[in-house]
Amino acid sequence: MTINTLAKGGWDREQMACFRKMEKVIVAMQDPDMGMKMRNQRLLITVIPHAMTGRDMIAWLIKKYSICEEEAVHLSGMLVRYGYIYPLKEPRSLVLRPDESPYRFQTPYFWTSTRWPASELDYAIYLAKKNIRKQGELMEYEKERYSLLHKRINHTWDFVVMQAREQLRASKQRRKADRIVLECQEQAYWLINRPPPGAHNVLDMGLERPNNFSARVTLVSDIITFIYIETCRRALGRNRVKSSICLEGFVKYSEQYQNHDPIMQGCLPSNPWISDDTAHWTMSSEIVPTPTRLRVERWSFSFMELLKDIMGMREFMLYLEKEFSAENLCFWQACEDIRHGESSRILEKVEDIYKNFLAPGAARWVNIDSKTMDKTLQGLRHPHRFVMDDAQMHIYFLMKKDSYPRYLKSDLYKNMLAKAIVPQETKKSVFPFMRRQRHSSPSPAQAVIQVTEEDGHAKGAGRAGTNSAAGSHV
Amino acid sequence: FSLCLYLISPLVPEMATQEVQLNETLSHLKTESDTLKTKLEEERAKLHDVELHQVAEKVDGLGQFVMKTRRTLKGHGNKVLCMDWCKDKRRIVSSSQDGKVIVWDAFTTNKEHAVTMPCTWVMACAYAPSGCAVACGGLDNKCSVYPLSLDKNENLAAKKKSVAMHTNYLSACSFTNSDMQILTSSGDGTCALWDVESGQLLQSFHGHAADVLCLDLAPSETGNTFVSGGCDKKANVWDMRSGQCIQSFETHESDINSVRYYPSGDAFASGSDDATCRLYDLRADREVAIYSKESIIFGVSSVDFSLSGRLLFGGYNDYTINVWDVLKGTRVSILFGHENRVSTLRVSPDGTAFCSGSWDHTLRV
Repeated sequence: MTINTLAKGGWDREQMACFRKMEKVIVAMQDPDMGMKMRNQRLLITVIPHAMTGRDMIAWLIKKYSICEEEAVHLSGMLVRYGYIYPLKEPRSLVLRPDESPYRFQTPYFWTSTRWPASELDYAIYLAKKNIRKQGELMEYEKERYSLLHKRINHTWDFVVMQAREQLRASKQRRKADRIVLECQEQAYWLINRPPPGAHNVLDMGLERPNNFSARVTLVSDIITFIYIETCRRALGRNRVKSSICLEGFVKYSEQYQNHDPIMQGCLPSNPWISDDTAHWTMSSEIVPTPTRLRVERWSFSFMELLKDIMGMREFMLYLEKEFSAENLCFWQACEDIRHGESSRILEKVEDIYKNFLAPGAARWVNIDSKTMDKTLQGLRHPHRFVMDDAQMHIYFLMKKDSYPRYLKSDLYKNMLAKAIVPQETKKSVFPFMRRQRHSSPSPAQAVIQVTEEDGHAKGAGRAGTNSAAGSHV
Repeated sequence: FSLCLYLISPLVPEMATQEVQLNETLSHLKTESDTLKTKLEEERAKLHDVELHQVAEKVDGLGQFVMKTRRTLKGHGNKVLCMDWCKDKRRIVSSSQDGKVIVWDAFTTNKEHAVTMPCTWVMACAYAPSGCAVACGGLDNKCSVYPLSLDKNENLAAKKKSVAMHTNYLSACSFTNSDMQILTSSGDGTCALWDVESGQLLQSFHGHAADVLCLDLAPSETGNTFVSGGCDKKANVWDMRSGQCIQSFETHESDINSVRYYPSGDAFASGSDDATCRLYDLRADREVAIYSKESIIFGVSSVDFSLSGRLLFGGYNDYTINVWDVLKGTRVSILFGHENRVSTLRVSPDGTAFCSGSWDHTLRV
């Protein structure tokens, strides 16, 4: 048989890594001390040595890797699919049966990784052998492929036929048991490397990812190295935080949000995906008369949580109005609108902001420190998307450190929390087989059309929100 | 970039001596890069005083999780490559190898829109924050935005807007906080930020040495960074304003297929062909956890966190989904059901479910 050199490329990296790991498992399975116990299996009138049952494999995997049965079945199934183990009964069906069906280890000679990728020439020889042995009685798809190959590599056909005859002659001199084993092994190899049409192709790798710039153009790779050096230099100058503090942060965060995590704690009244009841979504939609308790609680977790929620932002605005500092939030919203809005409207929006918030004597003048104000005004000469960033951040942190904590202590917030609803948990249906009707909801796209058609009409339910500046639509 | 100009000069044949100098410069560059890298690793290690699982010892363990498939979406004629949720928590968009992009109401399993792209292998798709458009791209090297129309007779492809242009396949795309900007990553090794309205390139991000496969936007207060992962095994954090790479992590042993921020924005997880998921803390500036098991052999294609960040879901190339306890580092559950690779996985915006897409042509919620 011919042996191909390994092709270079992304496929190889991924495939080879998996093959090596599977091979590790296979080698461990065959370890004389810790490996599996093997037995002789009868196949019709011949005895095949060194075989094992599906059940044995699963038991061994469970013990070795401390996994459950389902996972062991899956893992051994993969080993069969990739051809490291092949079945003796029904050899064309590469599945793992978790019973007494016998299996054997594939010889490393026929591992997919050994002769990767499988060559056309070898396949032609294999089909030629089969053709001769079965006197033309190949399977339909094999016949088609055989004639295709005959056309494609016609120039070496003599070699193919000669090799086929030679291999057949050599195999006749083997013991019957060995011959059967070799035929099984070879068949298993080709079932994987040239799967029948419609069969699952485990070697399907998807798109090739060949691009490794360092291997190709040296100029580009040097630019990348240069950039990396710059990044490293910058990173060295970074302020780092101790691991203990950072990791503690994760623990706290997960604890704080645990009750809000539907997958972990469930959600009230029920998870719509499980109960088919959309009450949970209705109660949590963007604008509701009374928000849920969990939602109002989240506003106290961080300033960002409050601002992310349209209702939270609205409540905060009400509070700020009482304190006569609402211009801060309006300013922040207007800055957000610039940052995330259309490029074409940046100029006009920047001018608006200057007029309303920054100009001396402006109607809603925001209190920014002189240094930031000077820098911002300088930047206004050549306005761009991020020209308001410093000012925006200043106001953001001002609100976060000052107004936000006071809001959380205010009556406005406390009342909101008090009248927030805690939905009743819906008990599982008495008749579990009765399926609720799953109602559709208006598409977000539809809701927007409604708004544009009917001026001043309230927004439709379920509409996704964007960072809307005061009064502006998407 | 004067150094680069110097590198270009040896194309003139008579400058033989300059070529010798050039080679020296190149090797200097490489050694400098390696030295800096080692120095950086040392600096990072200095403040590493405890492991995550140690800190997590005092936390209660998680019990057994029973997670079932609640919906199966059938309709794609070939491998599902990517999906994204709509902000309304029930609609999703998915794209596949045969060029079809479908918008579903996953709750009712009804298909609401379908677009046929002019290329195959649509590897990236994203839902606009407003819910009124979707973006997608793949082998056409572009990212296009399709406004979603409710007129059943309207051909969505007619209103298509070409936004991004790369010189190689599009691997991932995401809208920023609004419908107006899109962030893309490509097989050409770069990421880019685009203005949707004009199609203008706002910023490009260079630094990966090979295909960039994934990206995710940071949920932080100042919202100016994103992370990308590539075939060069690096995960890079970028400043969207300046285009600079702020942090870089290289601990994976193979291509990084997926990156996703921890909900607080202080960390991100990555999934790689080396069969591990890893957690990187941005303040500590290092890898803080590895999620792997000896029995898990195949690569991770996609990762996402549950709402509280306690659980990490990983879709694998061996058709399974593994659920990890982020704090303790242990595997909580393994889910079966798909009949081919899991290629994409996202938790819904309100955390009530997660959706997985697979090469077996289906999506499951």
